[in-house]
Amino acid sequence: MNALLHGRLTGLLALAAVIAVLPAFLPNNFYLDIAILAGFNAVVCVGLNLLIGYAGQISLGHAGFFGIGAYASGVLVGSYGWPPVLALLAGAVFVGLLAFLVAKPILRLKGHYLAMATLGIGIIVSIVLRTESGLTGGPDGMMVEPFRIFGVELYGEKVWYWVVGLLLVGVVWLSLNLIDSPMGRALRAVHGSEVAAEVVGVDTARFKVLVFVLSAVFASVAGSLFAHYTGLITPAKADFFKSIELVTMVVFGGMASTFGAVVGAVVLTLLPQALTVFQDYQQIVLGGILMATMVFMPKGLLPTLAALIPARRRA
Amino acid sequence: MFAELLQYLLSGLTIGAIYALAGLGFSIIYNASHVINFAQGEFIMIGGMASATLTASGVPLPLAILIGCGGAMLVGVLVAKFAVERARDASTVTLIIITIGASIFLRGVAELVWGKDFKRLDAFSGETPIQFLGASMQPQSLWVVGTAGVLIVAIGLFFAKTLTGKAILATSHNRLAAQLVGIDVKRVVLASFALSAALGAVGGAVVAPITFSYTEMGIMLGLKGFTAAVLGGLGHGPGAVAGGLIVGVAEALGAGYISSAYKDAVAFVIILAVLLFMPNGLFGKRGTERV
Repeated sequence: MNALLHGRLTGLLALAAVIAVLPAFLPNNFYLDIAILAGFNAVVCVGLNLLIGYAGQISLGHAGFFGIGAYASGVLVGSYGWPPVLALLAGAVFVGLLAFLVAKPILRLKGHYLAMATLGIGIIVSIVLRTESGLTGGPDGMMVEPFRIFGVELYGEKVWYWVVGLLLVGVVWLSLNLIDSPMGRALRAVHGSEVAAEVVGVDTARFKVLVFVLSAVFASVAGSLFAHYTGLITPAKADFFKSIELVTMVVFGGMASTFGAVVGAVVLTLLPQALTVFQDYQQIVLGGILMATMVFMPKGLLPTLAALIPARRRA
Repeated sequence: MFAELLQYLLSGLTIGAIYALAGLGFSIIYNASHVINFAQGEFIMIGGMASATLTASGVPLPLAILIGCGGAMLVGVLVAKFAVERARDASTVTLIIITIGASIFLRGVAELVWGKDFKRLDAFSGETPIQFLGASMQPQSLWVVGTAGVLIVAIGLFFAKTLTGKAILATSHNRLAAQLVGIDVKRVVLASFALSAALGAVGGAVVAPITFSYTEMGIMLGLKGFTAAVLGGLGHGPGAVAGGLIVGVAEALGAGYISSAYKDAVAFVIILAVLLFMPNGLFGKRGTERV
């Protein structure tokens, strides 16, 4: 137990340390911008990993929740003059309620049926965002006002880097604590065998719903802040591909590994940037890498690397 | 009034026939390997693009379709052999990611070969609309529905009458038992990928004069095919066909009577409703994974 606690703290401190020293190695705002985008993705992936990696429930629609958060902030602040913090909270509450309402019936489904249902929700959300152009600006997207809190405007890559870094550390801390709590153990029991979990008295339905709602809210908050950071949101941020991208990050980094989700998000955010050199081949390389990783390291990057280091505790 | 409804029904059945072919493709592969092949839409795209570009460069249409079909089958076999076969014991999520990777890869290759532009394929037998009880119909719609019908019947006969078909069925019921009676399960998986690739490619070719062809066309067609397959109950062939037609007709009615902007959402609203109230799909036996 002590070792476990120790391991958890070490990981968290290591992450915080990396985030703290990274800016010193980033030559300009372009790199800082990529780091920020990676941070936003990582926040969503840590939440999604709780759902996919720990509870074993796939969601192909999480970009929809990200999108609702982003547009809630964009619309409420821009068109209705709400304070950004309030808009962010409203988006999160709405997404939480929506996730709660759909979670119970949807999480009865398994495997491909669950994949289909979550995919359906995500696609419906993105079609609504694309179509209701009076509110959302349609396919061209909408401008979002800067984030203001107590009269201070968050501006520039440097400020946003620390905001996202702090958020990521907070989310990782929450996730690690959750995994080691009775709820985390219950979730892993659900993943292992739902029937066995029920037999020993775990209320599987309740936990699955809880983690679904939680991961959706993470996505919504990240979406809200992302919208303020970039200043422009488009329905593409909520569509099927974004959802796939998020799931891929989780699976690529390593399922059931919080740090794996972070690593997956970082690597797969960097990759397309590196691939712009190969413009025409970008999709081919990306698709090829996806297939190759899944075929040769089905457990994902971090667990595969961890297995190479003998007799060390797992992150 | 009636003519309008008839018009929607006809256009719904046309596009529904393509969804049915795609859905059938999903089901065949699912049965043989328990994989949902997210690259199914790419087979449709390959069929459409190949027939459109080959005929444009002077190849006769039947030959062009045949080449497209052969190309798609080869691609299907390669996906099965190099990606799916190697990940035999992988989880559902992993397999989903692999086939999504394959679909992104194939789209990338297609863009390199064919470019991003829309490609046009002439209708097979002219564009003079056929008048029918006040509704009008493109002759190509008849080609689409007719071809899909013939293919669906042929697939039914294939599974009922041929040894390969029966081997696929046996594998889908019990992989181990099939192996024990001497069925080469790996070849069955390859055959199922080739078969559903061929179905998709032919569908893509016959629908090309109606929808135009472009490298991104496979995405929505594939997702609608998946909807059709789940609606009918995964792995249930006739169910997938019915699912495809239902999705197509509902979409056309939704576009006509409710809002054409929400046309694409109709399929997903239906599938959500069905999954919530009938978790097994319309004809499926179970909503849980086979272990």
